[in-house]
Parts: sequence; C-alpha cells; structure tokens
Amino acid sequence: MKAFFAAVLLGTATFVVPASAEDTVKLVDVVELSGAGATAGTNWRNGIDLAVAEINAKGGIFGKKIEIVHYDTQTNPGNTRAAVQRAIDEGTYVVLGPVFSGPIGASMQIAQKAGVPQFVGGEAASLTKQGNPYLFRSSLNQADAMPKLANWFRDELKTKSVAVVWVNNDFGKGGRDSMIPELQKRGIAVAADIATESGQADFAADAIKVKNSGADAVFVYLNEEESARFLRAAKQQGIDKPLVGETTLLGAKVIELAGDAANGVKGHVGLSVDAPIAGFKSFSDAFQAKYAYKSDHNGIKGYTSVWAIKTATEKNGSFDREALMKTMHGIRISPKDVPGILIETKWNDVGDVDRESFLAEVKDGKQVITKILPMIAP
Amino acid sequence: MDQLIQLLIAGLATGAIYALAAIGFTLVWQTSQTINFAQGEFVMLPAILALAARDLLHLPFWVALIVATAAFLALFGFGFKRFLVDPMLKHGVLPLAIATMALSILMKEGAKDGYSAQAAQFPSMVPEGVVSIVGAAVSLRDIAVFVVAVAAIVALQLFVDRTRLGRTMQATAQNPTVARILGIRVERMILLTFLINAALAALASYLISPIYLAKFSNGEFIGLSAFIAAIVGGFNQVRGALAGGFVVGLVDNLAAAYVSSGYRTAVPLALLVVFILFKPEGLLGRREERTV
Amino acid sequence: MTTRLDPNLAVILLAAPILWFAPAGFKAYGLYVVSLWLVMSIAAMGLNLTLGYAGLKSLAQAGFIGIGAYTTAILTKTFGVSWPLAFLASGALSFAVGVVLGFPALRVKFHYLAFVTLAFAMFVFLVARNEEWLTGGVYGFSNIPRPVIFGLDLSRALPFYRFVLVVTVVLSLAMWWLLRSPWGRAFLALRENWMRAASLGVDIRTYTLMAFAIGSAWGGFAGALYAPLVEFIDPAPFAISASFVMLLTVVVGGSGFFLGPFVGAFLSFVLPELLRVTGGWYLVVYASVVLVLLVICPTGILGLVERARDRLSQRRAAALRDAARPMLEGSEAR
Repeated sequence: MKAFFAAVLLGTATFVVPASAEDTVKLVDVVELSGAGATAGTNWRNGIDLAVAEINAKGGIFGKKIEIVHYDTQTNPGNTRAAVQRAIDEGTYVVLGPVFSGPIGASMQIAQKAGVPQFVGGEAASLTKQGNPYLFRSSLNQADAMPKLANWFRDELKTKSVAVVWVNNDFGKGGRDSMIPELQKRGIAVAADIATESGQADFAADAIKVKNSGADAVFVYLNEEESARFLRAAKQQGIDKPLVGETTLLGAKVIELAGDAANGVKGHVGLSVDAPIAGFKSFSDAFQAKYAYKSDHNGIKGYTSVWAIKTATEKNGSFDREALMKTMHGIRISPKDVPGILIETKWNDVGDVDRESFLAEVKDGKQVITKILPMIAP
Repeated sequence: MDQLIQLLIAGLATGAIYALAAIGFTLVWQTSQTINFAQGEFVMLPAILALAARDLLHLPFWVALIVATAAFLALFGFGFKRFLVDPMLKHGVLPLAIATMALSILMKEGAKDGYSAQAAQFPSMVPEGVVSIVGAAVSLRDIAVFVVAVAAIVALQLFVDRTRLGRTMQATAQNPTVARILGIRVERMILLTFLINAALAALASYLISPIYLAKFSNGEFIGLSAFIAAIVGGFNQVRGALAGGFVVGLVDNLAAAYVSSGYRTAVPLALLVVFILFKPEGLLGRREERTV
Repeated sequence: MTTRLDPNLAVILLAAPILWFAPAGFKAYGLYVVSLWLVMSIAAMGLNLTLGYAGLKSLAQAGFIGIGAYTTAILTKTFGVSWPLAFLASGALSFAVGVVLGFPALRVKFHYLAFVTLAFAMFVFLVARNEEWLTGGVYGFSNIPRPVIFGLDLSRALPFYRFVLVVTVVLSLAMWWLLRSPWGRAFLALRENWMRAASLGVDIRTYTLMAFAIGSAWGGFAGALYAPLVEFIDPAPFAISASFVMLLTVVVGGSGFFLGPFVGAFLSFVLPELLRVTGGWYLVVYASVVLVLLVICPTGILGLVERARDRLSQRRAAALRDAARPMLEGSEAR
C-alpha cells in the first residue's frame, strides 16, 4: 500500500515538474498497448526499443543516449491526447506513434501546435492531406498502395469481379475506400462489399457470402488475427478463387496463425521481414532473438522511424525540432549509409514515405517475393 | 437457397460455441443471482494459462493443460467464490456485478502483459478435417464443440435431476434458507457450482481456442454473445443456454449475410431487447417471482 | 432552529476556489487530465441520479456522452453554432432520447434494464461509426473548436480548464438543488420502495422517466465539454466498454452519495494516468486497486467514509451514554 501511494505521489509530480536530463535525449512513444490496437502497438514498441538499444550501444545520437518512454493510449483518442500532451510537457524531442489513425487524428494538432515532429504508423490516406508539416509516416500511404494492386488484378489475374472483405475500422475502411474506386476505374466489378468487425472471431458467414458472390478473386483487408481467421474460414468453406491482400494478409504472423490456409495467398507488401533484402533479414533475426517471435510490418515501422530520426538529427548537428522537421522533408536515406533504415526510403514534402515495395505469394508456409515494384517517384 | 442452408449449419456450429460459454452464466446466476461480467474472460484465460505454462515453464503441452486447469480451478473456481463473491454478495448484486467488471479488466490486461498481446495458435485436441453437410463445410472441431456442449448440458441436467448431490445442489440454489434448515451444507454446494463453472469454462476455452485462436481480447465478444444467449435461452435453466446459444449463433450468421454489414452486431442485441420486453424469462426459463 | 450549511454544498463551495487556483502551476497535460476528471464527473453525476438516487441501472451513459459530443461537434464545427447553444442542444437531445429510452424502464426492472440500455449504447456506437456523412464515421471528427465566450478565448489549457470548472460547479449546484427539491425526495422514494411510493401517490411513470432523462441530459452536457476538450472525437470512447466504466465509476465512488461521482471519476480517469509511472502493468495495478476497493467497501468509497462517521458518532453517543449512566443508575433495567 505504501508503494502504491508513493507511485501515486510520483504520478502527481508529473503533472507539474518537467523532466530533464542533460546527457540524454528524450523520445516519447505514445502507442496502442491496450485495447483494439494492442497487437500493432506492441510490435511498434518492440521495434523502437530494438532500434534504441542498437543506437545507444553505438554511442547514441552524436554522443547523447536516447531515453525512451512508452505511454499507452488504450486505443482511445482522449487518452492519446493526454499522453501526447504529457510527452510534449516532458520535453520530448519527437513524438513516436500512435499507429491507429483515430488516435493520430486526436493528437496530431497538439504536436503541430507545440512544434514537435511526430512519426506515426498510420496508413490512412487522410492523415497527410491536412497540411501538417510536423507529421511523418513510417509506411506507405494506403492510397499509394491500392493502384498498384488494382493494376495487378487487371493485368496479372485478369479479374472481372472482386469480392472485398474489410475490417470496419479506420484502417480497413480507408483501404476499402481507396481500393473500390481504383477497381471500378479499371472496369472491375465489385461483386460483394463485406464489412467485418474488429476483433471478430467467426468468419464462416463472411466466407459463405464470398463463396456465393461469384467473384473471380477476393480482396482481403483485415488486421492480422482477423486475416488468419478469415483464411481458415475460407479454406473450410472451400473458396478456390485467388485471395489477395495488402501487407497484413501476407504477414509472418498471419501465416503462422493460419497454417495451411495461408498457402496460395497473394498480394502487395509494403514492408516485410521476408523481403529479399539483407537489411530486413538482419532486423528480423535481431528482433526474433530479443522478443522470441517474428516481427510484423509495425515492428519495422517503429524501428526505421528511430533510425530516420537519428540520421536527420546528425545531419542537422543539433536537437532542433524545427530543423528536424525541415530536414525530414525530402530526405532520402539509403541502407548503404544507414543500415538501420533497412531499405532506401524517401520522405516527400507532405510527410509521405516512398519506398520500393513487393508483390508476394505464400508458398509452403513462407512468404515468397515474386516481384519488386519501383518507388513511385524515384 | 444453398447459401441459406450453409448459413444455418454454420450458425449452429457458432451457436454451440456460444452455448458452451453461456452455461457458466446460468450456473452462477442460479446459485448466487450474480451476473458475471467476466464470463468471457473466464473462457479466454485457461487457454492462455496453458500456453504460458508451456512456453514460460517449458512443460510438455499435456502437463501444461493440467497445470493450467488446476490453477484456473483454484483461482477462478474456489478463489472467485471465496474472495470476491462471498464477501460481496451480502451487499447486493450490483457491487458484485461491478466487481466482475473490474475482474474482467484485470484478467484481460494480465493475460496481455503476462503472456502476449499477439494471438497464438492453440493445439487442438480434435483432428483437423472438414465434412460437408448438405453443401456446408463443417470442421471436425465444430462438431466436437457441438457434441461437448450438448453432452455437458445433458450431463448437468441428469446430475441435477437424478443424483442426490445434484438435487441437493438444486435445492440450495432455489432456496438456501430452507436448504440450510434441512441440514444441507449450503456453502459446500455453492462452492461446487463455482467449481463446475470454472471447469466448464476451461473446457470451453480448450475447445474454442483452436478455432478462434488464443488471444487476451477474445473474452469481449465471447462474453457478450454468451450473455445474450443466456438471456434469450432463459437465465435460470441450464438447458436454456443451449437453446439460446443456437438462436444467437443462427441470428449472428444470418445477420452477417443479410443485414447491412455495418449494423450486423446490432441484430443479436435487438433480439435481446425483444426478449426482455416480451418474454423476459427466455425460451426455456421459468418465470421468476419478481421481488418488490 | 438554525439552518446548518449542507455538507455537500459546503464541499462544492469550498472546492470551487481551490480548484480554480490550485492547478495553475500544472502543465498542459496536468490541466487536461484534471479537465477530463471534471467532465467525466458531470457524466457520472447524471448516472448517479439515475442509479444512485432513482435506482435504475443504466449501461448507456457513455452513449449519452457520445450523443452530446457529436451534437456539439457537428453544431459548432459544421454549422458554426455558438458553444452555449450547442451545449443546451446537446443536453436537450440527450434528455429527449432519455425520455424515449426511459419507456422500457417503465416496463422492465432490475438487471433487465441494464441490458436494454446496453443495446442502446451499442446502437449509438454503431450509428456514430456507420453514418459517415453525419459523424465522420471511423475517421472521426477533427479540429473541433474550443469556444470563445464573452470575448474570452478558451483555446489554451488553463482558461479552458477554468471554464470546465465553472460549468461543473453550475451543474453540481443544479443537481444539488434538484435533489433537495420534492423531486429529489420522490426519486429516493422510487429507489427505496416504489410500490410504497406508488401507494403514496408518487407518479411513478413521470418520475422514472424524469430520473432517466435528467441523468441522460447530464451525460449530454458532459459530451458537449468532452468534444472541445479533446478537439477530436471518434466512436471509440463511446463504445459499450465505456458505459461499463461509467457504471463502475459511480459504484466505486459511492452510488447515492452526492460527491460519489467525483471520487469515482478520479479513480477511473485520473488514477490510471497517475499509475503510468508503474510501467507496462499499470492497467493491471489499476484493476487490482479497484477490485480491492470494492471488496473492502462494496458501497463505494464514500460509503466507507459514511460507515466510519457512523461508527464515530455511535462511539461518541456511547461515550455520552456512558457519561450519563451514573445519573440513570437504578432507573435502567440493564
């Protein structure tokens, strides 16, 4: 009980006293560690911790060790706002996170007003449309990924109609809203448009509906576990049409959870530990060694964000937030100079990321990259 | 038409899962008039405990299962009754119901922080395989859940109707005061129902997790569905859980296919409201005397 | 007879100036958390009327916060309505919806009412999520303006906090007045023994509806403050789990105690923030604290305080009796 009151007192102190230490640079990560986003958020956090440990082992950012703090958002905008506010009050150099677009929307103005750069894991197209110069993505914008996939539906799969299965949250809805117009532009019909719930366990009805929709192919845009559950249900119901997805559907976690049912799944992958690129392999091994499981794309996002911050800061030669913001616009980082960035990455003038991406297929329980797609504006 | 039949069969498979989870609600309600808002977490946790025992204590899986079941029975059968229900029940049902809400947060966050935020595969005790029933694919795992749910309810019903111990338990549930006068050890009987509840929850957990994957957040939807199933079926009858489970499973699957998909989760709840307003005792329940 | 100052009123009048000045040294984060505490206290105060005074178990309070928050967001952002009007509209709409939802409350009793209201809360969540044209759907509603009132710009943290405080005090006084009015006594009669209340001529139907509707209106008022406080809303904070938290808040604080909601909201919304220093397990610590509190004092924290006070006054009375005993010696049988 005494310890509890001590903790509460210590907590109250954080309302008033700014924390500061001279020989370190403070980074605060505000991310979904509980609630609907816990899985994605945990990967993101672990990726960040791995990068911080590596950077600190090599002497930090020009001699200053990184002090990393993680605050949970409970996947709730109100709590996110509180946590981002706290991060700023504590004098964080950069805000890392969150990953879900709702919580990002609740916190991005706060960071912008305070002039603190924010590196987020969100993929929703709307985020970088709001003219916030302090916001930076760590993965491809949904709106950039979907045309690549739509082309592939038309040219490679020769699809006439597609059933779209999506998860009814900002991630899934964003993907669906970007994909459907792209399909229609290419003369591909949408045979079924099926919304599923976040955290849904039973996909039998959805699989039956897809099966009876007469579609030539199925576009699956769900979070990790739901993807795995859907794939199992699809296999059980005997869906023999190509199942196509974007990044999550071909993720390591999905393949592990879905087992056999993942074989034959195809799609576009933005970031993948299985990509035939040396950087990803060494990251994946280090992550596996530290956390005893395989990272998903959120782990890579968190990891590369920290390395990007380090690179841009060292380029500036100071911990100036505005300078960091300016340097990040238009920066191009290559793994030849900074191995931690894993893959050649460019940030454009609105904070969107540009990278090579991959077309992949799951064969014998492994993600196999079939084609490397170029950057959008190399 | 094909689609409808496939959906109906898939709905029964889903319903068996809900039924299995709902039995505990009815049991706990009958003995202590308590709504256990942590029932979903009761079905989530044993599988996580088993995985944790396997991965963190490096036990063979079957040993891990035994350890997890024993720990769960001790904590959430005996402990739940002794340390939560007993001290709180005399203050009315509301504080206890609220306490189970806090307990559900504790179990969920504990499973996440103590084991993993990720979903995990759970080894199945039933072989994999799919059989086709009039064009609908049903897995052997679904059938196992179905059989176990029905068997559990039949066994419980027989136990209550045919055995001395069961009749004693029932008498205790219906009128503890009279039971006490008749020399029944009421405390022991109530403890027995809580242990049965925990055992059934563990069984449900081990059967459901291979199908739905084991994850800390699974209790949320299992709890809600089981809860609706219990009310629709009739809270005060164990067999009500079975009927309610099937009805809710069917409604769930049909709603997913035929209702605007953004509102599919509202359909079982609408069913719940209809039952509460027009048939509050549920499909198979007894009409309860309303105390004033 | 001298009129003694009601202790609840005294606490409000005493706390208001303290809360006005004390957090001035807080940084934006601290102010935000304290503001959130007040906003949630308002919502809990409404639920406390419904549950603690009128005895109706509702699992829909977060739904009403949602109705208020979306009403205010849409009116002030989309239509440029001034905040005070939006605030009144939020309360009025919640009141009206509360009347409609109150009708099942006339029909069903006890826990069944909780389930009906739970279904309603889910429905509010689904509408907020699905009707994108109105609510922004899953993407939420961003850049909700903070009000400018009488020329005072409330966009900064401290002025906005003080503004929230003023609204909270006003709503607390209104609730205090309401509970001391004949209405308040009728609500209590409803909880204690509605059959007796009915036989004494209390109009059960009207009072049940009113208890529900006024409690809901307070939820709507809280929502009207929540939207500009966070400056962003999406459906997540109004999901059914949030309604569970509201019920937990009222019961842990002490349902039926006027100041219970403030204590409860402190536990539900400030304590987790304070416990962040305990690291990753903070929600486990929080849930354990709540559980232990409930086992120790099932009638809520203020229930415990009251019990302690009763015991103290009993002891004092006993002491007085003991002191008086010598005089009564012989005249008393025992």
